[in-house]
Amino acid sequence: MSAHAVMTRERRDEEAPVVEVAWEGQVVGARQDVEERAKALDRLRLSDNIFKLMTRSAAIFVLALLGGVMLALFLGSLPALNEFGLDFFLSQSWNPVTEKFGALAPIYGTLVTSLIAMMIAVPFGLLIAMFLTELCPMWLRRPIGIAIELLAGIPSIIYGIWGLFVLAPFLQQHVQPGVIATFANVPGLSALFAGPPYGIGIFTAGLILAIMVLPFVTSISRDVFEAVPPVLKEAAYGLGCSTWEVMRYVVLPYTRVGVIGGVMLGLGRALGETMAVTFVIGNAHKISSSLLAPGTTISATIANEFTEAVGDLYTSSLIALGLILFFITFVVLAIARYLLLRIERRIG
Amino acid sequence: MNFIKTIVAAGLLAAATLPARAADISGAGATFPYPIYAKWADAYKKETGNGLNYQSIGSGGGIKQITARTVTFGASDMPLKPEELEKAGLIQFPTVMGGIVPVVNLDGIQSGELTIDGPTLAKIYLGEIKAWDDPAIKKLNPSTKLPSQAIVVAHRSDGSGTTFIFTNYLAKVSADWKSKVGSNTAVEWPTGIGAKGNEGVANNVVQTKGAIGYVESAYAKQNKLTTTKMINKDGKTVAPAPGAFQAAAAGADWAHAPGFYMILTDEKGAEAWPIAGATFILLPKQPQDAAAATEALKFFAWAYAKGDQMAQDLDYIPMPDSVVKVVQKVWSSEVKDSSGKPLFAASN
Repeated sequence: MSAHAVMTRERRDEEAPVVEVAWEGQVVGARQDVEERAKALDRLRLSDNIFKLMTRSAAIFVLALLGGVMLALFLGSLPALNEFGLDFFLSQSWNPVTEKFGALAPIYGTLVTSLIAMMIAVPFGLLIAMFLTELCPMWLRRPIGIAIELLAGIPSIIYGIWGLFVLAPFLQQHVQPGVIATFANVPGLSALFAGPPYGIGIFTAGLILAIMVLPFVTSISRDVFEAVPPVLKEAAYGLGCSTWEVMRYVVLPYTRVGVIGGVMLGLGRALGETMAVTFVIGNAHKISSSLLAPGTTISATIANEFTEAVGDLYTSSLIALGLILFFITFVVLAIARYLLLRIERRIG
Repeated sequence: MNFIKTIVAAGLLAAATLPARAADISGAGATFPYPIYAKWADAYKKETGNGLNYQSIGSGGGIKQITARTVTFGASDMPLKPEELEKAGLIQFPTVMGGIVPVVNLDGIQSGELTIDGPTLAKIYLGEIKAWDDPAIKKLNPSTKLPSQAIVVAHRSDGSGTTFIFTNYLAKVSADWKSKVGSNTAVEWPTGIGAKGNEGVANNVVQTKGAIGYVESAYAKQNKLTTTKMINKDGKTVAPAPGAFQAAAAGADWAHAPGFYMILTDEKGAEAWPIAGATFILLPKQPQDAAAATEALKFFAWAYAKGDQMAQDLDYIPMPDSVVKVVQKVWSSEVKDSSGKPLFAASN
């Protein structure tokens, strides 16, 4: 509500005092009652105004905080942006010795790992949610549901340690050699899966992220699937639809907005995830065509280097990376909103 | 309301009953010496009742904090150059030393069975030597059976004093390294995977066949990693042992190093291990809180006198007595209060 509208409403309240309202339909002599009631109503209105003020300042506080964070990031990154200009976004050199910094490698790593994570987690999450709502026997529902919730509760450092000690060696010994050999002679894919099997790298980071965002996608999809009116599903079954068809043509269209919301929440987490990624991505400031090669992300770079960054330009470059991550997240959310709008319009 | 009054009263009471602190020493910085500073502080408190609060936030953070004078002393693994000290109005002195050792993971090769020299190590880290059976490595190890495995290079991803000392050595022994990469707490690595902390590098090496990494000697010893011998400046082959690290320090000319700017890499001496370094304390020349600075100096004097055994227990190398004498001379001549009176009286 705009400040102007608030003002006029308050003014209207003052123009019609509560006392007058209380007078109507009263006999003379009951004046005491009326005054008491007026006092009571005044008190209520005061507390109501205080409540309004509190909620409003809480909301404004969030806006101020967001603005403050943006401003601080912007001011902090000015030295780096002035020094490198557009090159900061286009160069992948990250050299603390000569103080030449470019953000391309971390930006690339952030986007690619999140993309891999979503490509794995979204289909998986939707399939699990469908199973839980339509096909799962009752006695199995709770255990699987609880397992998914627990997955969301595991701290990211645990994922990182597990990824480094368990997942990475497993991939290195049992998965990657096979993958590298399989695609070695396929043009196009050979470059994607080239290299010595390190076990850690862009793909491993994407995989860990996929496991981390899976609970978000799953539990939100499950909740919205359960909100579909049974009559719609029953009508479709009555027409002879298979479970897949019911899901595809009734449930998914009906719950589209909720599902996209869940996916975006997961994507937000994937973009900003720090600790787990730092453990398994290999932290190399390089862009290589191979998904198995080590890379880095924005948050991993900041986490790795901020404590020991000596010198204004170095620190400022790291803050500029933070600013870029802020913008990437912002743009992703904006695109999500826009998509939702488009879909709404097309339906309407 | 009464509840709040009670809390305030209780707080005041608690504040009143606390003993008045004369001066509380606070320090912040390098993570490498944290265990020994903590141990010293603990023993010192038992003996004198004076506490020390040390935050291991990284050398970069330590330098920033002492420059802003928010702590009594800063700690850094990378010595500041004399002109930097001058600009910030600080003195610096070494407290303990550590060695840095290459660690490898090769089938059938135990600790000390592989010998490596500086130029070869530089070539491996430049990505020029790619396999373990390269002629350059074979030449150094004529009797060792080397596999034809690809070398997986592991390095630190976080800025660290360990990396500074290691790259400082490589820059001393390889002109190529000096011109292409240089030396700093973080550098632009030509090849390899980055891992966070000594534990990350160690873990990568342990898990990856054909890997080579570099870690603090204490870390290699505690985790029983496979270390290599090295060929030092005198052309002698040395094993990484406390005696070899101390020999590196003994050969150095501390008395003529302005601001104790001294990195113990590639030092002369038949016994000297080629990659070692000290960790440093930074103290203002004219401390704002003279009482706290005096306490800090007392603490370090106590540590030099009585802390050697504790340091050795934790696999650090204590400073030779000759160096301690020089350090205390600098204390009494350089650190003064606002009236120009020295804070520390050297006892000979």
